Amino acid sequence: MQITSQTFKANTVKALADVDLQRALRHVEKGFIGKRQKAADALPEFDALRDNAVKIKNHTLKHLDLYIEAYVAKVEASGGKVHFAEDADHARRIFLDIAKRRKAKTVTKGKTMISEEIGLNAFLEENGILPVETDLGEYIIQLRGEHPSHIIAPAVHINRDQVEADFRRFHVHLDPERDLVKPETLLSEARQILRQKYGEADIGVTGANFLIAETGTSVIVTNEGNGDLTQLMGKCHVVLASLEKLVPTLEDTAQILRVLARSATGQEMSVYTTLSTGPKRAEDEDGPEEYHVILLDNGRSNMLGTEFEEMLRCIRCGACMNHCPVYHAVGGHSYGWVYPGPMGAVLTPSLIGVDKAGHLPNASTFCGRCEAVCPMRIPLPKMMRHWREKEFESHLQPKTARAGLGVWAYLARRPKLYRAAVSFAMPALKLLAGRKGRFRSLPLAGGWTKWRDLPAPEGRTFMQAYAQSGHGDAK
Amino acid sequence: MSGSTRDAVMGRIRRAVGATPANDAARRAAVSGRLSGAPKGIVPERGHLPPAERLDLFIAMATRADATVTRLKAYAEVPQEVAAFLRERNLPAAIRMGRDPRLASLDFSDTALTVTTGPSEGDDLASLSHAMGGIAETGTLVLTSGPDNPTSLNFLPEYHLVVLDAADVAGDMEAVLTRVRERHGKGVMPRSVNFVTGPSRSADIEQTLLLGAHGPRSLHIVVVGEPA
Repeated sequence: MQITSQTFKANTVKALADVDLQRALRHVEKGFIGKRQKAADALPEFDALRDNAVKIKNHTLKHLDLYIEAYVAKVEASGGKVHFAEDADHARRIFLDIAKRRKAKTVTKGKTMISEEIGLNAFLEENGILPVETDLGEYIIQLRGEHPSHIIAPAVHINRDQVEADFRRFHVHLDPERDLVKPETLLSEARQILRQKYGEADIGVTGANFLIAETGTSVIVTNEGNGDLTQLMGKCHVVLASLEKLVPTLEDTAQILRVLARSATGQEMSVYTTLSTGPKRAEDEDGPEEYHVILLDNGRSNMLGTEFEEMLRCIRCGACMNHCPVYHAVGGHSYGWVYPGPMGAVLTPSLIGVDKAGHLPNASTFCGRCEAVCPMRIPLPKMMRHWREKEFESHLQPKTARAGLGVWAYLARRPKLYRAAVSFAMPALKLLAGRKGRFRSLPLAGGWTKWRDLPAPEGRTFMQAYAQSGHGDAK
Repeated sequence: MSGSTRDAVMGRIRRAVGATPANDAARRAAVSGRLSGAPKGIVPERGHLPPAERLDLFIAMATRADATVTRLKAYAEVPQEVAAFLRERNLPAAIRMGRDPRLASLDFSDTALTVTTGPSEGDDLASLSHAMGGIAETGTLVLTSGPDNPTSLNFLPEYHLVVLDAADVAGDMEAVLTRVRERHGKGVMPRSVNFVTGPSRSADIEQTLLLGAHGPRSLHIVVVGEPA
């Protein structure tokens, strides 16, 4: 997909003015925050489980080479195959090889963010293969020619009436007079249409929430059942997964599962947690004939051993974006690539470069809610600061920002001059602001005053107020 | 290509995690120790209830996840329960099931049901499976693939009825995983193990929860016998 992270600022201006989007985004706060809190409160061991989940992932990452080795051996022992993919292009080529050998015409897909990361759908279409998204949200955005705006609720930026219009536009073989007012009828229409697709598919693609080294198993966690039908009915199951999905054992998987659904949707457990190991067995009467795992690196091995290693603990629950005031305001598409919100602000620069994605770690109020709710306790604000530092070191910020910082640094190193300057500036600003005490516009502060008034200083500096309070010793 | 990619990726990982010939033995011991020992982490308190309360918790949690649950004294009562379930919902008197011996031995002759055996092709409205276990802490059913209980019966029909032996309800997820390991061997798994918690659902349209997405609209759990 085309990267638009470079134009983040312009994207947000558009997003803030998009009435439909703003209406849809209200569902994020309403739909996720309270439910997660309730689920966390209902399990006394929740925080202890988070701590243990962190330990499991840290241990796995420190021994990732050996767990991958063990995992690959087990997949092969169960009759499956693991393909290592260096980057997106490589992963696509591996997929195409499998598809050509299977003479595939139709590919059904459960929800997978790795597919977005490698741009699989567009590539398949270029090669004459029809990709069919089967997750309801993914199906809706595929009809619209869009990309997911959220990692677990891909169509969260769309309203019900927009879905109705899309279904009428695309499902032209159905009665145009049919009643589609209720969301239930939309769901059942999508269900009927997709029902036929599962069986027609030559390949079923899913992602993976976990890859278990002990058993060579891939795990998907879903609510709709489409991922299961996709992998069950397609004659060949291809799992798209990235390196950091490894966990050691079934028990370790159980630990992390206990924090995943609660953090994501506030469920005690998602409806379907499916452990898949290899293709169908001799005695099986259903299941895929082939089982492949495309194991994608795409920059992740370069994050290991760096200040961004902890990001590889991420289990893609979406809690960080569900709780992010910036995400609530501008939605997922503004971030300009696959991964939005706080996790995207850290991961995207790692995967596509800080030169392209430098705006994202700057799009944070540092309120800290993302870190507070992250089940894997990833220090997201700290990592965004690391990116800001790297951006500064690489001279990627605009000249005005650097010049401004230069002036500030010059003054900050000269306390007397600094105090003199602010003792002059504060009353001057107060005077300029007039009786209202706020600015509707101010030179150099247009980025702020375009959207809201800037409150003016009250006249005294902090040091002056501190001295007058009788506590200070301002010299 | 893939072989050389594998070497390149693994080489980068080894360098990044500081793997050296000197620490190789210790690192391998740490990994094989964890894989063979499979240490249990934190099991929630509610996973440790005595049998009767454990079953009560299972039923409460499954019900909260929108499953319906009924209790029977003996397997002999299952055919009537299935027939009644379908009749009450005005569904055709037909059920599809696998070759599980516990289901195969049921006598449906006193019902008007048409019973067929095998995986679903997609045109069955109702199916009957036998779970290998239940997890009380979340009200979850555990089903394993194979001719006894083909996986397609869990997902294609709109109404999924599942028989569960009360004695097979475990307190926590780990207890069931241990059972899978005992049955299939350490490190070996059936093609699929399905944890099922309630009927299928989606909240993809305006975060409004709707039951019956692509899988069953209705999950009916038939618990047979007494907890052990």
